Amino acid sequence: MNDLISNSDLLRMYRQMVSIRAFEESLSDMFGKGLLGGTSHFCIGQESCAVGVISAARDDDWLISNHRGHGHLLARGLDIARVMGELMGKLSGYCGGRGGSQHLSAIDHCFLGTNGITGGGIPIATGAALALKYRKSSSIAIVFFGDGASNQGTFHESLNMASLWKLPVLYVCENNLYGMSNPVSKSCASGNVAVRASAYAMRGETHDGFDVEHVHRVAGEALARIRAGEGPELLELMTYRQCGHSKNDARVYRTREEEARMAERDCLLLTANSLRRRGLSQEDIDAAAEAARQDVAAAAEAAMAAPTGGRRHALDGLFA
Amino acid sequence: MTDDERTIYYSKAVNEALDEELARDDSVILMGEDIGCYGGAFGVTKGLYEKYGAERIWETPISENSFVGVAVGAAMMGLRPVVEIMFMDFLALALDQLLNSAGKLHYMYNGQVTVPMVLRTPGGAKGGYGPSHSQMLSNLLVGIPGIKVVAPSTPAQVKGILKAAIRDPNPVVVIENKRLYPQRGYVAAGDYVLPLDKAEVAAAGKDITLISYSSMTPVCLAVKEALKPVGIDLEVLDLISLQPLDKESIFASVRKTGRVIIVEEACLTGGVAAEVSALISEHCLDALEAPIIRVAAADMPIPSALALEKFVLPQAEDIVAAVKRIQEY
Ligand SMILES: Cc1ncc(C[n+]2csc(CCOP(=O)(O)OP(=O)(O)O)c2C)c(N)n1
Ligand SMILES: [Mg+2]
Repeated sequence: MNDLISNSDLLRMYRQMVSIRAFEESLSDMFGKGLLGGTSHFCIGQESCAVGVISAARDDDWLISNHRGHGHLLARGLDIARVMGELMGKLSGYCGGRGGSQHLSAIDHCFLGTNGITGGGIPIATGAALALKYRKSSSIAIVFFGDGASNQGTFHESLNMASLWKLPVLYVCENNLYGMSNPVSKSCASGNVAVRASAYAMRGETHDGFDVEHVHRVAGEALARIRAGEGPELLELMTYRQCGHSKNDARVYRTREEEARMAERDCLLLTANSLRRRGLSQEDIDAAAEAARQDVAAAAEAAMAAPTGGRRHALDGLFA
Repeated sequence: MTDDERTIYYSKAVNEALDEELARDDSVILMGEDIGCYGGAFGVTKGLYEKYGAERIWETPISENSFVGVAVGAAMMGLRPVVEIMFMDFLALALDQLLNSAGKLHYMYNGQVTVPMVLRTPGGAKGGYGPSHSQMLSNLLVGIPGIKVVAPSTPAQVKGILKAAIRDPNPVVVIENKRLYPQRGYVAAGDYVLPLDKAEVAAAGKDITLISYSSMTPVCLAVKEALKPVGIDLEVLDLISLQPLDKESIFASVRKTGRVIIVEEACLTGGVAAEVSALISEHCLDALEAPIIRVAAADMPIPSALALEKFVLPQAEDIVAAVKRIQEY
């Protein structure tokens, strides 16, 4: 099945994953320099989930994300400088600095928005799917959320409605084993998230989220079934956030040994290995990574130079 | 059709507005619990399921938070969902999507999306429904930026207001009222809309202004009639819109009478009456001849027993007593 993904496709996916990682490393740097306000949630280690799923989607499938959305935004091909600008509160940002990392939408990219309320995007995605079905569109709504969000009522209520109404929606749970500090073992009575789908007569599967090729394949299969009218699905991707939950997290709830063990499954390492196995030269692989890092560096510079809004921008625009 | 035949129930006026908007625009859909063949808990959506079918009338499971969220998502994608929350008290379960999504998305996404949804819900006590089915929670809503809040008091108002709300590109909460549903009034035939941000002088007078909305407006009008024989000429200003408030109309009436009583069915503390009172103090203090009086529900849960309910909710006698007090000041 892996030959479905061409070498150049995989190299492109690798480059995207590197750019997501470089993007967040650059943010980390900016936090250090006091250039960013508030906080931010990095997806270091989880890039394969975003890139695997979104590369399998059509450009007109609608995306909805959560607080940990940089990977999803960049995988959808948003302008990196404008995402960066949004985080820096610049007018050039997708939402002119009003939204920031957790409230960023890009309608031109069919990206309905990231969402700062854990579980808040799940019913919104379900409603987007309702509208798609109502308008007889062949697009699908794809929503990303975490294991922690699967304990919200909105998760259960939404899956129930989507299944009742056979809505075209793919629920993607990135199970990174923790919701902030709380491990899945202490928060999910069901042990894993995918089994919860069975309560709603919905197909639910758990898959390895580190392997971008595998994610791409299973997401593609799920999307094909949904597009064929077989109803919504829940796709649980087992993954790991190598960084802290947000800016300030001493990670007291897990061991450094566990982190080291999980880092062996780093999606960038795995993908680079796969590219080598496919016969690509180290040079080509490094060149892709370097190009990604340069994209981010250029974007950061452009974002830095952009102006911020003023009083009017803060106080206007509450109503349409 | 004669004028007499156009004297219809408030609930029927809501039904007509929904019916006409469903017919006019195929992006309008209804969502809510038991709104199909059952016609909704108060019969407001009767006949619509039969006429428009399951494709337009989405009967939801009992999942308030999520189906309001579903409406938000559908609205972002261009539909115009009209959601019914069976009792206003149940709004508590959907507050997250109203507060964190509906009211914020247009602004925080910098105008990239609009959320043209309507949430309709009956507030207020009908007599004996008890603590979880009787509250007027307008006070919770007016503090949410990005949401328009209206509370029409007559059949004619609710029809024009609801139609305007459905056509508005913003989220609008239409507060209906269980006590108003069975009240009748003249409603013009055919299509019309009313502004979402205007108050209405329900009855002109020169001595004292009663400011009210929803179920308390008919009570204020009854008090006006009752006090006419003793020579007190009350003006009744019906707010209709609670967010935004029609300041111009409020100030005009205050400047005319110099004495103001604000009447509402919600709790006394931190409510619409408190806000109106603050606005008047800020802008018309010079015109006041007596302190403002608020007549509102006690800051209490609403007891079930009819014998007890009347001690918690504002009564006509309370308004009459307030009139006396303000006159004697
Ligand atoms: C309603 C709500 N409750 C709590 C939070 C604070 N919070 C933000 S992210 C988070 C953990 C979410 O865990 P999970 O869904 O597993 O996603 P992850 O952070 O692991 O990607 C918490 C508790 C919030 N933003 N919203
Ligand atoms: Mg998690």
